[in-house]
Amino acid sequence: MKIHEYQAKALLAQYAIPVPRGKVASTPAEARTIAAGIGGRVVVKAQVYAGGRGKAGGIKIVDGPAEAEKATSQLVGSKLVTHQTGPEGVPVSKVLVEEASDAARELYLSILIDGSGRLPVMMASEAGGMEIEEVAQSVPEKIFRSYIDPAIGFQPFQGRKLAYGMDLDGGQIAEATRLMTNLYRLFTDNDCSLAEINPLVVTAGGKLLALDAKLNFDDNALYRHKDIQELQDKEQEEPLEVQAHDWGINNYVKMDGDIGCMVNGAGLAMAVNDLIQYCGGKAANFLDIGTLNNTERVVNSFKMFIGDSRIRAVLVNIFGGMARVDVIAKGIAEAYQQMNIPFPVVIRLAGTNLEEGQRILAESGISFIQAEDFYDGARKVVEAAKGGMK
Amino acid sequence: MSILVDESTRLLVQGITGSEGSFHTQRCIQYGTKVVAGVTPGKGDTKHLGVPVFNTVESAMTETGANASLMFVPPAFAADGILEAIDAGILLVVCITEGIPVLDMVKVHLYLKGKPTRLIGPNSPGVMSPGKCKVGIMVGEIHLPGNVGVISRSGTLTYDVVSQLTSLGIGQSTCVGIGGDALPGSTFVDILKLFQADQNTAAVVLIGEIGGTMEQEAAEFISHGMTKPVVAFVAGSTAPPGKRMGHAGAIIIGSAGKASEKMKTLSQAGATIAPTPAQVGLTTKKVLESS
Repeated sequence: MKIHEYQAKALLAQYAIPVPRGKVASTPAEARTIAAGIGGRVVVKAQVYAGGRGKAGGIKIVDGPAEAEKATSQLVGSKLVTHQTGPEGVPVSKVLVEEASDAARELYLSILIDGSGRLPVMMASEAGGMEIEEVAQSVPEKIFRSYIDPAIGFQPFQGRKLAYGMDLDGGQIAEATRLMTNLYRLFTDNDCSLAEINPLVVTAGGKLLALDAKLNFDDNALYRHKDIQELQDKEQEEPLEVQAHDWGINNYVKMDGDIGCMVNGAGLAMAVNDLIQYCGGKAANFLDIGTLNNTERVVNSFKMFIGDSRIRAVLVNIFGGMARVDVIAKGIAEAYQQMNIPFPVVIRLAGTNLEEGQRILAESGISFIQAEDFYDGARKVVEAAKGGMK
Repeated sequence: MSILVDESTRLLVQGITGSEGSFHTQRCIQYGTKVVAGVTPGKGDTKHLGVPVFNTVESAMTETGANASLMFVPPAFAADGILEAIDAGILLVVCITEGIPVLDMVKVHLYLKGKPTRLIGPNSPGVMSPGKCKVGIMVGEIHLPGNVGVISRSGTLTYDVVSQLTSLGIGQSTCVGIGGDALPGSTFVDILKLFQADQNTAAVVLIGEIGGTMEQEAAEFISHGMTKPVVAFVAGSTAPPGKRMGHAGAIIIGSAGKASEKMKTLSQAGATIAPTPAQVGLTTKKVLESS
């Protein structure tokens, strides 16, 4: 799960990590008051989940309250299109108004879980202000890493190693070590999957300051962090994905094609989408229906397809294991009873309780295109989406 | 022969009394797996499905000689369940539970170091040696005893691949679902090593997916440590970057996580890549005929 920059900075501040003075505003008038309170030059930053805000015009440096008000009126209510959002953009409903800082240097600091090392790793670089993937490509020797053993936590020697790696000196070494120790505490206390300060600036006065921050959280651990869960801004998420989630379909991702897919299992769902593309079509979504004991999620999947005007045909591909084919078949029959299904549906069933599932579909009298296997299903649904099968 | 599980496996089930635990324990018993004990704290000294239930893994092992554990414990308690099994010294833990917090798994991995336990999963469909033993939730009937090893990060995609193999008359020595999480207990390399050493495995089918670098590490091992042929497919060519595709581990961050990168690396290492997920069976058949 993601949160906004202003929320991330509030959390950093709770862990005694220095952030610029500032406050979040929803209206131009609020922004004016905040800017007046700060005094001097301020930065007005659009609060969206996507990166690449600066280049997209989502960050404005202005000279005082009147200009902060004007910048906010331009941003709030608009949609910001960055290289991470797609052409439709994401809505801006809040801005962060902060004191403008004089950065002498821009550094990079982050913690994430390293899949190969199976440990949290702290990464630091003197090349801040750009994406770390770019740094890794162009100047990998400028990235310093230190693996953290949760049994003993982050140690001062690790802080020194990384701080010297970022070319800090004097009192900054101890200051940076403290900051890193606190960031690690924040990371583990809150089950983060990523804690990134980019850039971490050294001000003209030689102090460290978290100028921008990104915190992501482990979805699997949210059950023990109700306070974090409440920070989620659903407006920032893809509406179809929010809808799916509300209907109990947690593994749904919008794609850009016109074939609706309902599959059990994430790997199989990905493979189905790959196969559809191989057959010359394009999936409108990734949908792993998971394991179910009732028919509701099947019916809701069909509701999703009907609510998605792009859909021209649907492929149901179920290989029953934990999920039982008869339950899925019953769900499909119920969906047909409850709704008018305006598109052709291709169904491929296999696995646990197959015969019972086939009997239910046959007895329900619904019209659908039967597929023999995986490939047959993909081929038929692509043809159906092109209008070749009814 | 086979790897990890066979006729000598004496299975205990952690979370045997839950609904999923019950359903799948029954299926394992029907398949012929020797289920000797269940563990549910607070339900010791009872019987469930005709199997004696114990309060702790340790007592279950002492009383029944269990040497492997199958876990259906809910995600909030699963890491603790794995730690308990490791502490009791069991040789194999197969964890079906999906949704264990990553930081819990970091602790599990630290505790595993230097211990005799091998962990498969979490978020695994299980391990199965056809005709001998089934430890997991996979559909037993689609399997056929034989000499092709199968390793996969996915559950249902593996069922599809296995049924392709079976319908072509190609049997399996052991099928191992290493699970869809970001920090699996055993990696592709761990299982490839076992298959390489197993006399009854002639070739290996490897089903990867987007995210992480496990496939690249497998490629590295295949290029210098495997003499047996490997057929591979990596799911998720069409997955958009930055989106989690169902599995916690299936998210593309940076170019290494892409399916195309992974298949390229595996191919360069000498694996034969199936052109589509529907052709893994046929590709394996060709590889077996030419080797």
